[in-house]
Amino acid sequence: MSMIDVRGLTKRYGPATVVDDLSFTVEPGQVTGFLGPNGAGKSTTMRMIIGLVAPDRGTVTVGGRRYRELPVPLLEVGALLDAGAVHGGRTAHDHLLALAVSNGLPRTRVGEVLSRTGMESVAAKRAGSFSLGMRQRLGIAAALLGDPRVLIFDEPVNGLDPEGIRWVRDLMRSLAAEGRAVLVSSHLMSEMAQTADHLIVIGRGRLIADTTISELTRTSGAGTVLVRAGDPGGLTRRLTEAGATVHEGLESSLIVAGISAGDIGKLAAFHGIVLSELTPQRASLEDAFMALTRDSVEFQGVAA
Amino acid sequence: MKTLHSEWIKLRSLRSTWLTLACLFVVGLGITALAANATGDIWAEATAADRQVWDPTGHSLTAYIVAQLIVGVLGILVVTSEFATGLMSTTLTATPRRTRVLAAKVALAAVVALVAGEALMFGAFLIGQPLISRQGVPSAALGDPGVLKAVLAGGLYLAAIGLLAVGLGALLRATAGALATLVGIVFLVPALAGLFPSWLRGIFDFWPTLGGAAALNVVPDPDYPHPWVNLAGMCLAVAGVLVAAFLVFRRRDVV
Repeated sequence: MSMIDVRGLTKRYGPATVVDDLSFTVEPGQVTGFLGPNGAGKSTTMRMIIGLVAPDRGTVTVGGRRYRELPVPLLEVGALLDAGAVHGGRTAHDHLLALAVSNGLPRTRVGEVLSRTGMESVAAKRAGSFSLGMRQRLGIAAALLGDPRVLIFDEPVNGLDPEGIRWVRDLMRSLAAEGRAVLVSSHLMSEMAQTADHLIVIGRGRLIADTTISELTRTSGAGTVLVRAGDPGGLTRRLTEAGATVHEGLESSLIVAGISAGDIGKLAAFHGIVLSELTPQRASLEDAFMALTRDSVEFQGVAA
Repeated sequence: MKTLHSEWIKLRSLRSTWLTLACLFVVGLGITALAANATGDIWAEATAADRQVWDPTGHSLTAYIVAQLIVGVLGILVVTSEFATGLMSTTLTATPRRTRVLAAKVALAAVVALVAGEALMFGAFLIGQPLISRQGVPSAALGDPGVLKAVLAGGLYLAAIGLLAVGLGALLRATAGALATLVGIVFLVPALAGLFPSWLRGIFDFWPTLGGAAALNVVPDPDYPHPWVNLAGMCLAVAGVLVAAFLVFRRRDVV
């Protein structure tokens, strides 16, 4: 069963439609990357999942129930929305204790999540003195309090140093490996490539892609082949006659689209043209993401 | 109950809570002592008519004027500090039943403001009266007619202001805006009463914080012959603000 089920979700702020008829599911046992340019509606969608923002249309359920109807929310869902969502005058321990008590969780959980996030040594310090990385850890500790089956992280690696990023990445992988559903948002494709199993890509509040990482690279990278030949002019003519599109690449290479690498090789052999390189191109994930979201980003630029 | 306990942990774990309360007593009792020490001169210059309506109880409780602002700050911060820091998102994720969250905050603020308010008013009375009597000015005792009622009214008045502050905090979400509104209600509108056209002045007979505070006097204020009715009216107005706060708090998006 899907842990998070988003159906036809729509949110408007005045004339702007921030989330537009968005539907997707988040499955247990994997990390689902929630990807889109800044302002695509990721945070608003996450806030609708946990009932902080009311949708204008559509429904969201978590484990089959609406968030507000969960009897003990922290046992079902842990959320890190904003690392600043802590009162700077309160200690890390007291912040977590207030949350644990509000859901009737045993006080021992506070110590457990502090140690899982490596925060024991600063438990008695006020959160106002924390670095951004420590605040992120505290937010993650709060999300883990109820040992929930669903975890929602909004841009968890923002502002972290490389060590912190690696720690968050490993944590998310291990949480998914424990069978939990992990939904994590980012505007960086490269980050998702190393963490996520599944991808939900949105732009301007609409669903652009609901796919796996490998599928995304395959589909968007298909089609172009890099060729170097002894007689580039001759090969270009033959290829064009055969219906392919040819562009000049760097260092007298050719970028060929609309014909497979194998067919290029046969064509070259038939006409006696020597090839020194014949490489099918796989677009990087970053390119794939840019291609997917180009329209929505451009539109935002015009509208702004 | 769990929500209330959680709110209590949040309130007691902030140093600002204790600093505000300490400030309430230092400022409140300090003003009381200063006011009581000045009674000798006032008495010496007073006419026979003034002496007729001399109210030592009301005089020792005048610290409520400043105390209401400090209690107000405490009530406002219970709500607005969570909006200012973004903590409200975390709180409502843990407890999505929003009515329960605000109800816990209201209940906690009511108890704290009432206990602190009564303690301050009794403290002010008990410190003020010996100082007044030392100046050779007639003073009052708790057992005198109407005195206990007036002192209790002082604590109730402060508790009502504390609740008004929670309501304003939930409605306005920003500390500065809520505090400005509170100051406007308790100080500015009454102070500017003279500027209003005469047909509007009637509302000042009913302006909650004016009549309500009259209950702190033992000698009745001729403008407010039934101050407890005014105090009840003030509580009703505060309840109205709280109802609006609950409705808005339930519906509004938290971003």
